[in-house]
Amino acid sequence: MAPSSLPLRAAILSLLLLAILLGAWELAVQPPANTHGARVPGPSKIFEHAVNELSDPFYDAGPNDKGIGLQLAYSIARVLSGYLLAAMMAIPAGFVIGMSPLWRRALDPYIQVLKPISPLAWMPLALYVIKDSATSAIFVIFICSIWPMLINTAFGVASVRRDYINVARTHELSPLATALQVILPAAAPTILTGMRISIGISWLVIVAAEMLVGGTGIGYYVWNEWNNLNLASVIFSIIMIGLVGMLLDQLLAYAQGLVQYED
Amino acid sequence: MSLFDDPFDADARLHAVGCACSTCAGTHVKADVPDNQEGLIDRIVVSSLVREVFGHHDASRRHFIREAGAGALAAALAAVLPVDKVMAAVKDGGGPVEKKDLKVGFIPITCATPIIMAAPMGFYSKYGLNVEAIKTAGWAVIRDKALNKEYDAAHMLSPMPLAISLGVGSAAQPYYMPAVENINGQAITLAMKHKDKRDPKQWKGMKFAVPFDYSMHNFLLRYYLAEAGLDPDKDIQIRAVPPPEMVANLRADNIDGFLGPDPFNQRAVYEGVGFIHLLTKDLWDGHPCCAFAASEEFAKTLPNTFAALFKAIVDATHYASKAEHRAAIAKAIAPRNYLNQPEEVVAAVLTGQFDDGLGNKKSVPNRIDFNPFPWHSMGIWILTQMKRWGYIKGDVDYKKIAEQVYRAADCGRLMKELGYTPPASTYAKYTIMGKAFDPAQPEAYVKSFKISRA
Repeated sequence: MAPSSLPLRAAILSLLLLAILLGAWELAVQPPANTHGARVPGPSKIFEHAVNELSDPFYDAGPNDKGIGLQLAYSIARVLSGYLLAAMMAIPAGFVIGMSPLWRRALDPYIQVLKPISPLAWMPLALYVIKDSATSAIFVIFICSIWPMLINTAFGVASVRRDYINVARTHELSPLATALQVILPAAAPTILTGMRISIGISWLVIVAAEMLVGGTGIGYYVWNEWNNLNLASVIFSIIMIGLVGMLLDQLLAYAQGLVQYED
Repeated sequence: MSLFDDPFDADARLHAVGCACSTCAGTHVKADVPDNQEGLIDRIVVSSLVREVFGHHDASRRHFIREAGAGALAAALAAVLPVDKVMAAVKDGGGPVEKKDLKVGFIPITCATPIIMAAPMGFYSKYGLNVEAIKTAGWAVIRDKALNKEYDAAHMLSPMPLAISLGVGSAAQPYYMPAVENINGQAITLAMKHKDKRDPKQWKGMKFAVPFDYSMHNFLLRYYLAEAGLDPDKDIQIRAVPPPEMVANLRADNIDGFLGPDPFNQRAVYEGVGFIHLLTKDLWDGHPCCAFAASEEFAKTLPNTFAALFKAIVDATHYASKAEHRAAIAKAIAPRNYLNQPEEVVAAVLTGQFDDGLGNKKSVPNRIDFNPFPWHSMGIWILTQMKRWGYIKGDVDYKKIAEQVYRAADCGRLMKELGYTPPASTYAKYTIMGKAFDPAQPEAYVKSFKISRA
């Protein structure tokens, strides 16, 4: 077989695996006839549910019952505001840390302590201090997405080749011009890697944060369906969370491709 | 002086015409009675306040007014007592609401029935309000959102306003509990594997869930276990789990049982993972559970809105107390926007026609009931249990705190306005598992328990 058909063969294999998996799942959950209540639904049930939900994704039937599209939009808006806020602080701070060994050493202990804290541990404190649940959720996204961007920016800036900076110096560029015209393009791929890690973490965290504070968003949707032990809805929302997460990751991957360069 | 006389007139008397008491020797002066209703109410309020100050001692009032002048008395009174605020509070309810759009938080359990049903069944709009009933994930979150003023009022467990006002478990903020929502309506549910352990003495080492530390559920479970000779802090593990997660935890074998709110007891039966061991009405028939609560600040700055909201809740609570309305209510609050539960589960709870999970069909029409009146004695019982289990330490002025937080007088007045009959007294004696509770002797009651942290 010609090598060009490799993607085709991979696709066929993928589909075959999916079919086997779904088939086994469907068979495994055939219900015993005499009970009611929640049990793990089969793929056909979930598909049926998904068609139902996706046929009207933006309905708004009161404050506690909104369509899946609206809920996802709420979550994405929260993630983006926390994430962009973090980027606005992390990237300039990363530049400072990366360009100055003094600052790097001085700030390192704080970063090391703050980085591993689960963002949800901040939630009770945030609710108490900020006194607003929506802002608290955004704060939690902010605090979890800042570290990968900060560390990657600092690392990227610090490991720009000395030659580039020396060339800039011989051209008598100002420090700001050096940062923007030489270091930024050189460090961009590393910075983008940090941004890509951050958006992934943000999306992971928003679901948990919304399950905690509730109100709106995909996390609230999952919680509300869990409340009703409606597993078809829960599995459907798991798939939606996965799809949106992949989409966000692909966007950043595309941006990463734009700033890639060969040494 | 009759209630309608001008209390700042030195020649008027506090005592009514024909009063036989010794101070009323002289003739009664003709009263200058205001002719409109507004003026009358003002006069009555001020007159009552003046009586309070001078303790019905007419001679000293007349003397003071002659010496200092009526204006000085009025000014002195206004300085100590917010006369215009008292007048406004007495006349409120009729006035236009200051804020139409309100947010009220609730936890998706049947206890919140009046708060929830008031939205789809039009009780809020009947009193000119546009209320969004917002579903909330847990008690700690509802407390924080209420304290943050994201919610104007909220569904709370009846011990929570006491705890918030005292500043235990949160920052202290004066809170009002103008109405109880439901009485009874809770149950102890056990995992199926314990179906032969119906005697609590066999429960040593088991793990139980309650919705929150400051809940009737926690206090009733502790009371029940202690009566069976188990120390709830040592022999049993009690943990706080949000009600919606109780059934999932029971199925996952994380807990052996829970004393929780419905519909989750009935849901555990519906799912086949647990059975109803005991309804809490069999521990204390008529115990309070959840409440409608609002901050003192809300009640004082927006009195008309507060009164309208309060009326809507009292009205809805009365509507819910009628057995013939229960099926329709179940239908209104079961959908996704509210409880998000199968309608048959909610109906089983509200109508009291249910399966206990062991194959017995039961009929207990007052399994859950609705009664808005916040008895001060209920508040005192809760405080005694908080003291008993060490949630509050030191001397407690039971009566003062209960009367400050539980707004029995307000509730009684509104009930009368709506045409219902409030109880004559705000104190009652209770019998809980055969043991008498006298609200006049709280400290002795706390001391009477063998198992206690006090």
